[in-house]
Amino acid sequence: MELIKHDTHIDFVGRIKLAGVVSAVLVLIALGVLVAKGGPRYGIDFVGGTLVQMRFNSAVSPDQIRSALAPVVGTDAAVQPIGDENDHEFLINIASSEKETGLAGLSDLIAEEFEGVFGAEGFEVRRTEMVGPKVGYELRRKGMLAVLFSLLGMLAYIWFRFEFRFGVGAVIALGHDVVITLGVLSITNTPIDLPIIAALLTVVGYSVNDTIIVCDRIRENRRRMTRQPLSEIVNVSINQTLSRTIITSGTTLLVVITLFVFGGGVIHDFAKTLLIGVVVGTYSSVFIASPVLILWDNWSARKKSPELKGRAA
Amino acid sequence: MTKELKWKAALIGTVVVVALVYLLPTFVNVPLWWQGTLPSEKISLGLDLQGGMHLLMEVDSEKAVENTIERYTAELEELLFEAGIPFDHVSKIASSKMQAQIVDVRKDEAFKKLIERRFANMSMSEPQTLADGSLLYTLTIQEEEAVYISRLAVDQAIETIRNRVDQFGVSEPVIQKQGEDMILVQLPGVKDPQRAINLIGKTATLSFKLVDDENSLEKALKGAVPAEGQVLYQRQVNPSTGVVSQKPFLLHSRTLLTGDRLTSARVSIDSRFNEPYVSIEFDNRGAQIFERITRNNVKKRLAIVLDDNVYSAPQIQERIAGGQAQITGSFSMEEARDLAIVLRAGSLPAPVTILEKRQVGPSLGHDSIEQGIRSILLGGALVLIFICIYYKLSGIAAMVALTLNIVFLMAALAAFGATLTLPGIAGIVLTIGMAIDANVLIFERIREELRVGKTVRAAIGSGYSKAMISILDANLTTLLAAVFLFQFGTGPVKGFAVTLSIGILASLFTALVVSRFIFDYALATRRMKTLSI
Repeated sequence: MELIKHDTHIDFVGRIKLAGVVSAVLVLIALGVLVAKGGPRYGIDFVGGTLVQMRFNSAVSPDQIRSALAPVVGTDAAVQPIGDENDHEFLINIASSEKETGLAGLSDLIAEEFEGVFGAEGFEVRRTEMVGPKVGYELRRKGMLAVLFSLLGMLAYIWFRFEFRFGVGAVIALGHDVVITLGVLSITNTPIDLPIIAALLTVVGYSVNDTIIVCDRIRENRRRMTRQPLSEIVNVSINQTLSRTIITSGTTLLVVITLFVFGGGVIHDFAKTLLIGVVVGTYSSVFIASPVLILWDNWSARKKSPELKGRAA
Repeated sequence: MTKELKWKAALIGTVVVVALVYLLPTFVNVPLWWQGTLPSEKISLGLDLQGGMHLLMEVDSEKAVENTIERYTAELEELLFEAGIPFDHVSKIASSKMQAQIVDVRKDEAFKKLIERRFANMSMSEPQTLADGSLLYTLTIQEEEAVYISRLAVDQAIETIRNRVDQFGVSEPVIQKQGEDMILVQLPGVKDPQRAINLIGKTATLSFKLVDDENSLEKALKGAVPAEGQVLYQRQVNPSTGVVSQKPFLLHSRTLLTGDRLTSARVSIDSRFNEPYVSIEFDNRGAQIFERITRNNVKKRLAIVLDDNVYSAPQIQERIAGGQAQITGSFSMEEARDLAIVLRAGSLPAPVTILEKRQVGPSLGHDSIEQGIRSILLGGALVLIFICIYYKLSGIAAMVALTLNIVFLMAALAAFGATLTLPGIAGIVLTIGMAIDANVLIFERIREELRVGKTVRAAIGSGYSKAMISILDANLTTLLAAVFLFQFGTGPVKGFAVTLSIGILASLFTALVVSRFIFDYALATRRMKTLSI
């Protein structure tokens, strides 16, 4: 069985301009949303705060919860239903991490207040998280270091194994993927916390992974097709690996969608991030990472001999 | 079969058996003979899967230094009494400084010797001669000593918390030092988190102070607190209405005796009111001090104070020898039991504050596992079905590889004692998706080689060797990301990095060794003109 016929020859390189425009528009929209919203929305892991996950025995509206919260936290709370509607389950997000009550946390005060409103048996506190500002800062720092070092590490690896310009293509592709993914997360108002950072890094790894497969093929083909122009080599390589790209992305998406649908509330945002990232990452490894090689090639050729190749390229 | 194939079969067989041995205890109860000789560790579940509480606390180390100065002040006073050196006062003047005023100049040398001998870790200023001829000394805790005290405070706090948790009864708690002055406490499966926090986080400094009956409590409440006095409150619950009120007391701020001198604390029941109370017992020195206090202050009231809360303030009827006392208060049985635990385990050397608290109820953890396993099974099944349809018989090689991959991954988790977290489960699901990539790369290559007219044997050979480089490159970069994630990640994210890394290594082995073996075996045992791929 073949999903992609083995003699497929799609002119990816010829569509480089179209892809460039599409990507530029997507990246601009993503950046626009991020700027308009004042950066990504960070979860309590990074800015500190309190999170309470509650399940009610009967139907309760977010407004009822908000008014029950008011005596404890004022209007400083975001209430969001999660999971199946029949579960009556909610996430309550509060920006402040503490209240001067010694060892009793904010979540306990909320639970106490709710007992009066909904009855002691009317709800169940399933999860609470409290992160103080000091820890939030530390987690933010560590999260950033993790992203930074893994990016640098992967770049160094590509540089070492291939050539610098392959690395440039990979960086542009994964920057593209991360920005667009962050943009979609921002549009859907998903808080960025530690598991999301892990998901983003996985997306980065996945994107680089895809790019490397194509680059490997380009390197291999260059030894055989010495007479062909680079653009043709790139095109042939992308087509040769296309079947693999589609099938691997397909199977990965299959499991990520399973996770997204059946993984439960806590893992939902994590799976969502992977879902967006894998789709964007697959697109970028075909349309962005390798075509960048050609642009880079043209650009450096023009720089070397401006008179000769200036217009031809 | 060739010799090489036999070796490979033996290698794969051994790895599979070892993996199963490590994995078995997680799924079935192993018999006794197994437990003694073979690995019997189960895969340990993170707090997010089994429910429980994660606490990160900071020890107020400055307060530890301050407490030390307070203790030194009392000690020096005592020593000066004993040595017969007349003094006006000894008092704390800053968080690491105290002051002593010596009245008799002739005793100056004796004082200096005493300080040198008993307080060698303090630096002493040149004396300041006051108008009445007395000498005023300032004693400061040296910088290194302060650092040492802070460090010791954290260690002591960990020890005390461990004692308390042990007595509270939690299985497999984690109590660790984090950074300079933080303590990480993880209590799996704890049922009443608020009670646990109260038990762990309470400083539990027990002190005995005299009630100041000479000065006016009313005036003190309005702000005119006497120099050596303080106002503390007693929490009272009206038994009939349940209303909680705070009763103020004006106390002499001087601590006469502390909980350090306790040897035991246990819950008893008052036979008249059927109310629980905590009876305590002092060591010899404590008993002596307690006797002296009660002898010198008959008819005065002695307040029993725990962390700035007055528990009771009974009037001293007569001298009490034997070193036994009772702490009463309107306790519930549970409160009395917890109080006895903290008194027995000792006080924290300094207060702690909670920096981070994460708590997952058992029902959510249970749901998470169920949903996670369902995702793994479903995702895995979908991928396998697809691969078998797409690559026909060769798909079976991939299927075996993928199944073994999951077995190896789980076995490695059990063998390394790694913790499985919810993101860790996501990591496994993701590994399924990515592990298939290696097989896809190989199969697509073999197809290409077949298309250019190579024989089955040659196509398999060059398909594997050509795909190998891509597979290594791709997996190593992902492994790199996973390693950094592990290095900088915390808690659940670390769990994700662990499963992802192990998954990558396992998929390299299954794709390059196991599935290759299946092909080679097929080639060796039957004459294949065509390959079902």
